[in-house]
Amino acid sequence: MEYFLQQLINGITLGAIYGLIAIGYTMVYGIIGMINFAHGEIYMIGAFIALGTILAIGPVGAGAVVLAILLALLVAMMLTATYGWMLERVAYRPLRGAPRLAALISAIGMSILLQNYVQLTQGARVKTLQPLVAGGFTLMEHDGFEVSLSYMQILIVVATIALMTIFTLVITRTALGRAQRACEQDSTMAALVGINVDRTIALTFVMGAALAAVAGLMVTLYYGVIDFFIGFVAGIKAFTAAVFGGIGSIPGAILGGLLIGLIEAFWSGYFSIEYKDVAAFSILVLVLLFRPTGLLGRPEVEKV
Amino acid sequence: MARPLSAPAGTLRREVSDALVFALIATALALPFIGIYTVPATAGLRLATRLPDLVAIAGLAFVGRLGLGLARGPWAAGAAVLGLAVAAIGWVGLLPSREVAVFAIAAGLVVLIRGAMRAARGSAEPGAGRRTGADALADGAARLLPYLGPVLFVVALVLPFLPFVDRRLLDLAILVLTYVMLGWGLNIVVGLAGLLDLGYVAFYAVGAYSFALLALHFDWGFWACLPLAGLFAALFGILLGFPVLRLRGDYLAIVTLGFGEMIRIVLVNWTSLTNGPNGISGIPRPSFFGLEFTREPQPGTQSFHQFFGLEFSTLHRVIFLYYLILVLALVTNFFTLRIRRLPLGRAWEALREDEIACRAIGINPTNTKLAAFAIGAMFGGFAGTFFAARQTFVSPESFTFIESAIILAIVVLGGMGSQLGVVLAALLLIGIPEWFRELQDYRMIAFGAAMVAVMIWRPRGLLAVREPTIRLGRRRRGAPS
Repeated sequence: MEYFLQQLINGITLGAIYGLIAIGYTMVYGIIGMINFAHGEIYMIGAFIALGTILAIGPVGAGAVVLAILLALLVAMMLTATYGWMLERVAYRPLRGAPRLAALISAIGMSILLQNYVQLTQGARVKTLQPLVAGGFTLMEHDGFEVSLSYMQILIVVATIALMTIFTLVITRTALGRAQRACEQDSTMAALVGINVDRTIALTFVMGAALAAVAGLMVTLYYGVIDFFIGFVAGIKAFTAAVFGGIGSIPGAILGGLLIGLIEAFWSGYFSIEYKDVAAFSILVLVLLFRPTGLLGRPEVEKV
Repeated sequence: MARPLSAPAGTLRREVSDALVFALIATALALPFIGIYTVPATAGLRLATRLPDLVAIAGLAFVGRLGLGLARGPWAAGAAVLGLAVAAIGWVGLLPSREVAVFAIAAGLVVLIRGAMRAARGSAEPGAGRRTGADALADGAARLLPYLGPVLFVVALVLPFLPFVDRRLLDLAILVLTYVMLGWGLNIVVGLAGLLDLGYVAFYAVGAYSFALLALHFDWGFWACLPLAGLFAALFGILLGFPVLRLRGDYLAIVTLGFGEMIRIVLVNWTSLTNGPNGISGIPRPSFFGLEFTREPQPGTQSFHQFFGLEFSTLHRVIFLYYLILVLALVTNFFTLRIRRLPLGRAWEALREDEIACRAIGINPTNTKLAAFAIGAMFGGFAGTFFAARQTFVSPESFTFIESAIILAIVVLGGMGSQLGVVLAALLLIGIPEWFRELQDYRMIAFGAAMVAVMIWRPRGLLAVREPTIRLGRRRRGAPS
């Protein structure tokens, strides 16, 4: 029971991180109907920028930790968003109207490019960071086994819920969100009624990248270990989460993220840690087979 | 902000502000990675800076963008001078690092060429002269294209006996041919049937490991294992394909990617069978009709050089491997060319264009796709067997996602469905980077950049063919074949 509870807590934390990345996939897929293959690298870049910012701020006292994290969050979101914008500008915009495969290949190219760029400039070695937020609550103790809920885990879940609320509001209440939904339905029509489609798409990439940066910061703080290769597997899992929840749906992305996180935590807790990635991929296949629209997705009607 | 470079030039002021914005963005991008880096310190990490590089990149971005902007307008000559100056600064070594200097020289030359071309054309209508450059090159290439295939074929045939060919070039040729074969195999799936497969390396791995395990446990040779490995790979193709082929486009891509990764994870973790990350070594080399390529053959057998009365040379084996992969690749090519004319191949091409129409005329999409998947996988398995025999060693490291991405890039870059395009793309993506091995670290960056650049330049691939192989009735005169 205690073990189960602990895995539940770990799974929700992990799931929140996947959910944040998954939103980026789901938004981009919703608006241009393409997988943003380099999104995992954007998350990795966010993690590196967060690491750099935290190191630049330097050691802070206990009272200033919150401020330091907020500052790191802001810097990471802004700089990563620039990368997201650049990605759209370089790899997607010139290929609008080109065959879909062309955009996929250019995105894969971008992904390889960014990965090696980071490896080259930052070195291939794993970067470790001392935990900034230590400690937590002990929920229960039984036979020497403690169920603990760390402050960091609370922070991650709270931040995810807050950002999710903000983004839902942006998409449902603001002019930008309206433009995004319009482009999603019919970009030609949206352009005709005066929406700047290019700008809307670019902003979608920017928003997705900013959220990926949040995930990057959380991972840097939570695990304290990052390298230039973390984007690949996290990207696939987050994409799985997006598909699981129903691609194009933002609540679905978070739900899918949580489920993937929980499945991974329980799988590595009860079965084998080596095959935890296989579990995630198997779920992707099963979901696509039995419910290709995902849990919260709308069925796609195929027209001639 | 940041207008496309094809637009006519604005005022000088506008160009400067445009370049300033561009430089600002470049600085924001470069700051966290080029500007700072982490170094290990006594407790954890500390930051170090590369400020000169950052400043140089910001300046370069400004000057480069300004130069490109000016090169479109009446200041083209000035832009050319600017480009020359930038290249010169890079050349004499005033810049903080070699990387930035190389970048400066390249950017300076681009600005110089654009500026000079524009200045030479004088005040010609902007846009009127845009058809020169790349388009003229493409036109010329298109005229030479029919001869390119046969010429490449002849060169490939005589390559080992050309005077300038050494061991290194031959090894490189074998590598390129392996990718050509993989590209041709994947072309059946992606180019003909239009199924996006991002996990092709799985079948390559199945082929390689089938041979490695059969050789290890049953002591079977290359030639006995080759068809078996192809069969296994095809079976795997059917097993993997059956559940997922209902999916379309991007979904299929991700699922196949997942399968590719799953196979790799299993290879790493199933240590009792595959020896895990350490791989399997001691795989036998292929023989030439039973003749081994060893200096001292087993008692009672003859080796290749003894049978033909030649001086022993390790080069014989390399040449043999070269012809082996050449034949394997050509078989793949021939098979594809022929099957395109059969009902199955025509069904693939039709399926690629419109699945719903295919269903309407009674083509079973699942079976047709499965056939493509299985046949593509079979050739992947053959290539894998060859890979294992050539390396005499296999490990999961050789079958990462990046391999799948490279093979897919070869197919798409070449132009989906174009057999010759695959060869050109393999030469471009494998041959050139491998030849510049000294640039190790920069190889993959250049590779990624080349993928993006070629796609933007030619979104349909180097040689785009989307014509059906067979038409009803007589082909109209002048229609592309």
